Amino acid sequence: MSAPLLTFECVSYHYPGAAEPALRDVSLELQPGEFCLLAGLSGHGKSTLLRAACGLVPHFHGGRFAGRVTLAGRSTREHGPAPLGMLAGAVFQDPETQLVTSSVRAELALALESRGRSAGEIARGVEEVSLALGIDALLERATHELSGGEKQRVALGAALAGRPPLVLLDEPTSQLDPVAGDELVGLLRRLNQEWETTIVLAEHRLERCLATADRVIALHDGEVAQDGDPQAFLRWATRRAPALATPGAKLFALAGIEPPPVAVRQARSQLRARGLLGAEADPASPSPEPSPRGRVRGRAHRKHSQPVLRLRGVWHELRSGPAILRGIDLSVAAGETVALMGRNGAGKSTLLRHAAALLSPTRGRVERAGRVALLLQNPGDYLIHERVADEASAAALAAAGLDELADRHPRDLSGGERQRLALAIVCDADGDSAAAPRAEPVVLALDEPTRGMDRAAKVELAAELRRRASAGQAVIVATHDPEFAAACARRAILLADGRVIADGAAAELLAGGWYFATETARILRGAGGALLPEQGAELLARGALATGSAPAAGPASGNPRAGASPAGALVELSP
Amino acid sequence: MNPGRGLFFYVRRSSPLHAARAGVGASWALAISSAALVLSHPLALLALLGGVLGGAAGACVWRELRRALALALVVAVPIVAVNVLVSRGGLTVFARLGDLGPFGQGDLTVEALVYGAVVALKVSVLILAATLASAAVDPDELLRGVRRLSFRSALTATLAIRMIPLLAADAQRLAEAQRTRPGGGHVRLRDRLALVTATLGGALDRALDVAATLELRGLAAARKAPRRPRPWSRHDIAFAGSALALVAVAIAGAAHVSFDAYPLVRMQLSAGTAALCVALLASMLLPFSDRRGVQP
Repeated sequence: MSAPLLTFECVSYHYPGAAEPALRDVSLELQPGEFCLLAGLSGHGKSTLLRAACGLVPHFHGGRFAGRVTLAGRSTREHGPAPLGMLAGAVFQDPETQLVTSSVRAELALALESRGRSAGEIARGVEEVSLALGIDALLERATHELSGGEKQRVALGAALAGRPPLVLLDEPTSQLDPVAGDELVGLLRRLNQEWETTIVLAEHRLERCLATADRVIALHDGEVAQDGDPQAFLRWATRRAPALATPGAKLFALAGIEPPPVAVRQARSQLRARGLLGAEADPASPSPEPSPRGRVRGRAHRKHSQPVLRLRGVWHELRSGPAILRGIDLSVAAGETVALMGRNGAGKSTLLRHAAALLSPTRGRVERAGRVALLLQNPGDYLIHERVADEASAAALAAAGLDELADRHPRDLSGGERQRLALAIVCDADGDSAAAPRAEPVVLALDEPTRGMDRAAKVELAAELRRRASAGQAVIVATHDPEFAAACARRAILLADGRVIADGAAAELLAGGWYFATETARILRGAGGALLPEQGAELLARGALATGSAPAAGPASGNPRAGASPAGALVELSP
Repeated sequence: MNPGRGLFFYVRRSSPLHAARAGVGASWALAISSAALVLSHPLALLALLGGVLGGAAGACVWRELRRALALALVVAVPIVAVNVLVSRGGLTVFARLGDLGPFGQGDLTVEALVYGAVVALKVSVLILAATLASAAVDPDELLRGVRRLSFRSALTATLAIRMIPLLAADAQRLAEAQRTRPGGGHVRLRDRLALVTATLGGALDRALDVAATLELRGLAAARKAPRRPRPWSRHDIAFAGSALALVAVAIAGAAHVSFDAYPLVRMQLSAGTAALCVALLASMLLPFSDRRGVQP
């Protein structure tokens, strides 16, 4: 075995002023060419470990540091982030803070320039990294013009320009849509396999990249709780940390099948080998029609319920620019839960802004039966006061379970608590105490509420949204996360290029696609409209998939939620 | 959402000016500004104004310039008004405001009006030339040259160019979030102050992340940026020639074409004046006629 590229020896670290350590006695070794995933809930040390690997901890952040980190034979105690930057490239969550110049070419050249490389080396480095990452067409573009996915690829390019042997990535896909996220993971896989670049990737949605990884390190409370290959990790996670288990692993655990699958293909072949999944459908045959029962139910429900929000032919056209929304017709009933899906730029956020009257249509109109509360992407944007108590009324804080935190500073709250506080603010019926009480919102709209959230926080949020829906509030969630959409919505709408291209039962829509489908649905090929592991396990237990009695991509059978009333309880997504 | 709506951005477009190297583009804009400062003849200034507007159309940045034109008007009107009110140099009175106490007799003259208009025209050309440069000259390339002299100062300037629109977007996002609060339309003074504090706090958070990124890119160990020679393109040569011609024509024009506003307006209208205007327009616009190799 060759010498390890990265070594942690009994590393413990306290951020300045923190009582609890962010890392506790971490010891590990990483070999050159490994693809390592870092798993763990938010605040359990993933980012700190990455920052310690490149010397930002302790040189940049300060604090108390014990132990030793060695990168390619250089101790981070003696070498700071600048010299270590030659050996470790880093990509963090927010691409905006990683692009420091105005053009892509200048961005890729900056790291090489600042290290005093010659003009020829810079030109060659920029050319090679842009070709390797497929961003050569972007070289002359301004950085502010790029999409989120393009920005993240440019940030990766800037980190790789000096050809470091190690790349550290901290949730790089959290702000990307599923397509851009998969593209980035594919790129990392290519870097790892073709150039033997060592990758350490911290990620919440493990199902996206588990098949690519050689090794998974799980952190809990700053300690290494598990370190092994992906299958060993899944075995451990299903028993000890269900919040970290992938939906596929949960499905297998609930169905009593071993070993847990690390990828959809492996899951299918295991099920086929056990006779639990029929043969692949003939691609030449027409795709099965969704169950008429499911569709009729969806329509009947919308017909008989009172719409609380209706968009009639809504257009949003930018002056001297493109049309963001193109004739949207949409109606949402009280108590309905709707997932709004689509690529970045499809028009989801604009649609929600129209719903909440933040924007006015250039054509068409929006009818509201009452107040529409809108929670925007970043809950931190709502928190502008010094105390939690100043942000919302006492009643709203109590309803959100935050009354005990009333004297805390809002920015000291955890991610989940911030999200709850922001939700309490926008839904606050008391509002400004000086003014008259306001009505409860009839519609709650949320724009990408799960960005950067771990699975446990998502489960909490999904439960809260279902509770609100059962109380009669209509809930519309714009999300890229099919698992979250399946956990909280009964209806799904797919937007593309400002148009509604699909609108139907979530069990129908999230079961039949590639990108906009849950892992359970992809494993079971959309059979029975099963979206969540619990539903899939029930189908497997009944043997419905082997006999082919479960219709594809339809909510008629096998889906416990198919007949639920809009106000009824949905299947719990266990943490 | 456009994060920097209302702010000027450099966007690489298919135009001869964008295709020229940044140093040459900036020098060309500087030559226009110098010509505007040197010349006082209204027709020559109008020729410069026409040249800048034509250049904006040739560089495909007409929209950016249109906004600057509105700003120039806002600046020009007070200049004319103030000059008419305070200048006592002219002889042709067109309105008498009577005795203005410590300011003396309030006689408004045609000469003061014309001189005010000439100054306003100069200022407008300066504003528009600066806007044209900011829209068509790559700031990164320009600052890369400065990085050879002072790496950190130039990088700070680059960062400012990149971050100002981002901070504007942050402020816009925070304000939008406040609008979605119940009763968000009525923001109290206390909340406005809190909003400003939150924006500043967000800016510091962002600055910390950017600083971490720069650390890893080797800023702390930064060395002098290397010279990156590249052959002169036809557009580099054309705009450099245009800049030199502009300066030469302006100096010659200032010497030979006369204009006086006080005590009476005396404006030379001759073949020389016409030749000056044609020469100014031609030297500014000719480089735009060659569109070979302008694609990024």
